[in-house]
Amino acid sequence: MGGHARGSGEDGLRTMASQLKSSTTNRRWRWFANHMATAAAVGATILVIAPLVAIFLDLVYKGASSLNLDFFTKTPAPVGEMGGGMVNAIVGSGVLLMLASAMGVPVGIAAGIYLSEFGRGTKLSNLVRFTADVLNGVPSIVMGIAAYSLIVAPEKTFSAFAGGVALGIMMIPTVARTTEEMLLMVPHSIREAALGLGVPNWRSVLSITLKTALPGVITGCMLAFARVAGETAPLLFTAFGNPFVSTALNQPIEALPLQIYVYALSPYDEWHRLAWAGSLVLIVLIVVAVALVRFVTTRGVLKGAS
Amino acid sequence: MSLRIQEPREPRIPDAEPVGGIVSVAVPPSAVRGFLQSRGNSSLSDRGFRWLMLICALSIFAIVALIATELVAHSELTLHKFGFGFFVRSAWNPVIDNYGALPFIYGTIVSSLVALVLAVPLAVGVAIFLTEMCPKALRGIFSFLTELLAAIPSVVYGLWAIFVLVPLLRNYVDPLLMKVLGWTGLFTGPDFGLGLFAAGVILAIMILPIISSLTREVMSAVPHTQREAVLALGATRWEMIRMGVLRNARIGIVGSIILGLGRALGETMAVAMVIGSSPTISKSLLAPAATMASVIANEFAEAADDTYRSALIEIGLALFIVTILVNILARLLVWAVTRGAPARTA
Amino acid sequence: MGVGIEVNRLNAWYGANHTLEDITLHIPANEATALIGPSGCGKSTFVRCLNRMHETNPIARVTGEVKVGGVDIYSETSAVEVRRRIGMVFQRPNPFPTMSIYDNVASGLRLNGFRNRRVLDDVVERSLVHAALWEEVKDDLKKKSGASLSGGQQQRLCIARALAVDPEVLLMDEPASALDPVSTAKIEDLIFELKSQYTIVIVTHNMQQAARVAERTGFFLNGKLIEFDSTHKIFTNPSDKRTEDYITGRFG
Repeated sequence: MGGHARGSGEDGLRTMASQLKSSTTNRRWRWFANHMATAAAVGATILVIAPLVAIFLDLVYKGASSLNLDFFTKTPAPVGEMGGGMVNAIVGSGVLLMLASAMGVPVGIAAGIYLSEFGRGTKLSNLVRFTADVLNGVPSIVMGIAAYSLIVAPEKTFSAFAGGVALGIMMIPTVARTTEEMLLMVPHSIREAALGLGVPNWRSVLSITLKTALPGVITGCMLAFARVAGETAPLLFTAFGNPFVSTALNQPIEALPLQIYVYALSPYDEWHRLAWAGSLVLIVLIVVAVALVRFVTTRGVLKGAS
Repeated sequence: MSLRIQEPREPRIPDAEPVGGIVSVAVPPSAVRGFLQSRGNSSLSDRGFRWLMLICALSIFAIVALIATELVAHSELTLHKFGFGFFVRSAWNPVIDNYGALPFIYGTIVSSLVALVLAVPLAVGVAIFLTEMCPKALRGIFSFLTELLAAIPSVVYGLWAIFVLVPLLRNYVDPLLMKVLGWTGLFTGPDFGLGLFAAGVILAIMILPIISSLTREVMSAVPHTQREAVLALGATRWEMIRMGVLRNARIGIVGSIILGLGRALGETMAVAMVIGSSPTISKSLLAPAATMASVIANEFAEAADDTYRSALIEIGLALFIVTILVNILARLLVWAVTRGAPARTA
Repeated sequence: MGVGIEVNRLNAWYGANHTLEDITLHIPANEATALIGPSGCGKSTFVRCLNRMHETNPIARVTGEVKVGGVDIYSETSAVEVRRRIGMVFQRPNPFPTMSIYDNVASGLRLNGFRNRRVLDDVVERSLVHAALWEEVKDDLKKKSGASLSGGQQQRLCIARALAVDPEVLLMDEPASALDPVSTAKIEDLIFELKSQYTIVIVTHNMQQAARVAERTGFFLNGKLIEFDSTHKIFTNPSDKRTEDYITGRFG
């Protein structure tokens, strides 16, 4: 088959043309192939959307019935008993996410500021960007191991702090990349206007550039937040889990995805029910975040930064 | 404050509105000037700010370095004890401190391969549909749905897999596969639904969105002139897609497939929940097994002694290195086609 | 009151591109000086060297001397301090989109740490009056965003913003080229009014504008200053043939 990867040269076009020459049978076959291809593509799409719809339907069906006030206010009931809730997991997730955001958001935004405002086009920032993307592909359980070795092992206890750190270092590359993308969208004329007034560069970056891009930057943080909210693996041996509501940073703590995992693998129907409910809560959070991000980036709600 | 207003000048263009006259107020201009002059130059704070931002950007390197050093440092024990043989031995006996990672490497590779075989045709099909065939109005909805698929947490996939997918496989799909493909030896033996095949299926569902969206990106990056050139020769739409788009994008598509592979290699929770957690190697895809990520997830918290933990951390180190290499390869391939447009975090 | 600008053997580069060659001139105080010339002749670059905006581009380089009110802005003071004394209005209006009209005008002071509310109110009003925008916006100062005004109003807002920091010099880089004729006329009237308080340097493509507004005019060509004289002389009896060719429309 002729044709080079980056475009058809003379040979490529000639070969293509010879393949396309049509006799009647050839033409009929080609049209048949065309329709088959369309059918296959549509079929593939349906096959892909189907599990998604199935999962959502199952979640709503199995999870909604279990979502009551108890779910949000009670801790798990003793094994075998009905009722109970996942308030320890909800509070725990809240604590962990606050810790993670406290670490991940400022450092991530600052890194994004560097990439966009100071290092644009330099080899260093290209390398940072590349590394951030690669880091996003590292399995999160590896972050958990790192946090374990750094914090859990020396302190000899599982802790919310270790879990927060594991999640925090996952947020940094994501937030950095989305912040950079949003800052790059601010028109250069705005920066010039600020500098032309004799405003110090740091003030211009923070009060003008960042402020203009703020809606986009915030939704980027939300995206990272939602992604990290569903992470289980890094918490398996850092936060570890706790059947009681706890906010102590140096003690083990529960998290929603963590408890879902444990309950799913358990033999108790009651716990399975809670696992579905918890998953529904997680999914709602994530769908809202994804939808919001889409709204901000595609509708261009960056105020006036056209 | 008193205002002294002068008469406006004669406007030069007849119909223009008169310009407001010069107004002087009691606050002398020099107050503003004086204030600004007292602010001095900001080079110290500017430099400090730049350094702070730089340090935060360098933190990304620091994170990678940190992970690498911790992994190496804490797997010293088994690194020394077993050396490279660790990865080709098939034992896994914590009681007598005998460790070999081969079963997990096998499980990881096989489940990922199954996932790729199932996911790639579907993902490329979806990408073709969305880029070339889908009416513009529906495009937004479909791509939103695929984005949602990518955002679902692994543990939720696992939950669904345990209670919906596995029974489905056990009751309908596996018996069918055993009947039709049993002769290959891949679908034999007692079947509980859990195992390599189940893991492969759920992995396929999970890596589909990434492969699909990246393939769409590289397909969209192919310039329209390529499509038009082929159409001008009298090609059908499928031929145009095959020769004008896929051929040009194929490096990038390979890259997105490799990226999907990278994700499959490291996927932990959903796999841990359906793979059966048995450190064994068997030919049948219906047998329970374990992957590198799943064994760490299942056994780390209970690993009581240092050697046990070291073995698990060494597996983690291998996982780290492999996924980084695979990711680098994939990103380079995708970058080669989209030419450095900021890559979306997959 | 405005100050004069002494430029001595100014050279500027963008990377390897020698954009300005040996520019020497004296811009008088409290006058409007126009800079004309064909596209790419360097007049915009020159003006950006006067308030050190040229160096915001990482590959930019400057040698030579620029003295504003006797102070060499390159060796005796910092870029930030220079820009507080020398204001700039850009070709396309660029009000800050997230800020109200009031906040836009006050931004130069606020972002430098100024806090006094009453003085700010006063400065904002005074600047908007100077920029001939006060009557049109005085009721919506804090309600309307800077970006919601028309093009001509936005540019006057930018002028007000530049005036609020009470500069001694006002640089205008083709301030009316993106505007309609009525707005252009308003801005030209404005320059006429502002001359008595500030030194104005205006880059323009429009020779009639230069003739209407400026006492002195400089003609740039290919990075060099060809002729610099009273506007009347440049447009009626230029000394250099190239100037005459440009004025009469033989090129440019």
